[in-house]
Amino acid sequence: MAEQEMQKTQNVPATERIRNVKTFTPRVDIYENKDCLFLLADMPGVDEKTVDIELEKNVLTITGRVDDGRINDATMMYSEYEIGDYERVFTVSDEIDHDKIVATVKNGVLRLEMPKAEKVRPKKIAIKAA
Amino acid sequence: MFNPGLWRVRRFSNVMPEIMHLQQEMNRLFSSAGQKNPQDYPAVNIWEKNGASIVTAEVPGIDPEKMDITVSGDVLSIAGIALKETFEKGETYLRQERGIGKFKRNIQLPFQVDAKAVEARYEKGILMITLPRIKEDLPKKIKIK
Repeated sequence: MAEQEMQKTQNVPATERIRNVKTFTPRVDIYENKDCLFLLADMPGVDEKTVDIELEKNVLTITGRVDDGRINDATMMYSEYEIGDYERVFTVSDEIDHDKIVATVKNGVLRLEMPKAEKVRPKKIAIKAA
Repeated sequence: MFNPGLWRVRRFSNVMPEIMHLQQEMNRLFSSAGQKNPQDYPAVNIWEKNGASIVTAEVPGIDPEKMDITVSGDVLSIAGIALKETFEKGETYLRQERGIGKFKRNIQLPFQVDAKAVEARYEKGILMITLPRIKEDLPKKIKIK
């Protein structure tokens, strides 16, 4: 546990963003059971209004917008962490039922439930002898 | 490693973020490969407003009931558990990056804190603690006769 990097990891963007804010990679847990794929992402500072989940074809994009974190009339004396948006992209297999994805945000943790599509059953492909 | 006292730090508040960043980079250079230990979690930002300090920290996914915030004298300590997810039977994990485990951090402030007036809020995974100065410790204005 002590070996884990505790600072947020900043994204290295391939393209520049329009908003001049840093983006970070949220830490995630992904696990599955036989009907469903679960994803948990640590995104402190986001709520259900500022988090965006997009699944296009098989690319799942999670973005979270965070306001700059300044406190009115307060001066910063000491700083260890930076505030910025979150973005992370995953490639998921086709077996997700796109219409049944459930997303909730609680205490800065995003939880995604992605049910697996029923029609997808493992298919065995017979190889014909040449 | 090299930690600045808050007393000295506050004079340069405008350039503080840059200096702190530089310092972190330096510490990372000298420590082993940038690894942090549990005493450094959570990372905090400290603000000053009307003589009170405001400490903010990003601690996502913690049950506020299980967070333990105490103040004694001029030391604030934040303790809690950010548990790793537990998996039920039939679940397999594909990635596990979250969960710090038990953490406890003590932060020394540059003044005695009025423990009764401390307020803590936990919203959207961000902890914000307002720590007012004890009255006897406030700067006194001295009139010149």
